[in-house]
Amino acid sequence: MYLFIITGVALLVSLIANKKKTLQGLKKAWKKFIKMVVPLSVVLVLVSFALYFMTPEMISKYLSGGHQAIGVLIASAFGSITLMPGFIAFPLSGILRDNNVSYMIISAFTTTLMMVGLLTFPVEQKFLGTRVAVIRNVASLFTALIVALITGIIFGEIFV
Amino acid sequence: MKKYLPAILIGAYAFFITISIIAGYQPGKDVGNNFLEYSISMIKILPCAFILIGLFEVWIKREVIEKHLGKDSRFMGYLWAMLLGSVTIGPMIVSLPIAQSLFKKGASMRVIFAYLGASTVCRIPMTIFEASCIGVKFTIVRYVVSIPLILIFAVFYGRHLDKKHYALAGE
Repeated sequence: MYLFIITGVALLVSLIANKKKTLQGLKKAWKKFIKMVVPLSVVLVLVSFALYFMTPEMISKYLSGGHQAIGVLIASAFGSITLMPGFIAFPLSGILRDNNVSYMIISAFTTTLMMVGLLTFPVEQKFLGTRVAVIRNVASLFTALIVALITGIIFGEIFV
Repeated sequence: MKKYLPAILIGAYAFFITISIIAGYQPGKDVGNNFLEYSISMIKILPCAFILIGLFEVWIKREVIEKHLGKDSRFMGYLWAMLLGSVTIGPMIVSLPIAQSLFKKGASMRVIFAYLGASTVCRIPMTIFEASCIGVKFTIVRYVVSIPLILIFAVFYGRHLDKKHYALAGE
């Protein structure tokens, strides 16, 4: 909602200041949007399938109980594959925590969800180029694993 | 062939969903619903994001970005990038076109990676929601560990790309 207000105000101020420039800006916006439509549709197609299989129930089943290290690996695999909006991912994480899933595993899940995107790769590739996009994702995966590990240590779940 | 792959994929998908709706195939209908839900959440963000990016490109002078986020920017460049990343709304799909615009205006790859990193892990609305669902301590640990790692990656890999004069995909 705030986004609409901010955009509206910015557009209005811009129009008053310089009509020609504003139209030029809108034209650029439209062009960029059009270029994004195809890769974005591909991503939405892939994500709609992934989320059919990766329901909150399924994720919570696989992450509850079991070995810590394997849990972290499964959690980062789930998190890396798809994107999931915060309003599903965080309440799910809260439920996982209440089911005694370790903070380390939850951290691996949420951090990879934010940073690593296998199915969103078509869009990323378009902007960053294949090589750079691969390197960014791999580095992000390692970052997420380190974050999970340190979370585990701080919460006293490992090495105690 | 490779060029037509997205079109074939999207066509086959549309066919599958349509048949599912006609035949009443529940899994197909569920997948279609997921698609609709996500498209709607994108439509809520993307038009505004692109309009703001368009306005940014016509109003902000190249010299300003070059000076603050360019090759010669130092600590402050990273700080601006992280601040900008933390107020970005939406998934990385939104921050990528913003990164591209920044690059076109002369931002260095080091700063771009700091921005992208911050936009994935430091988004403010997301952070608040996370802390309330999982716990403040959890979120603090995540911040304290991930931000230095993001900056290390941005500094080293970004500098490497800057040296090679790497260019982000343009128009």
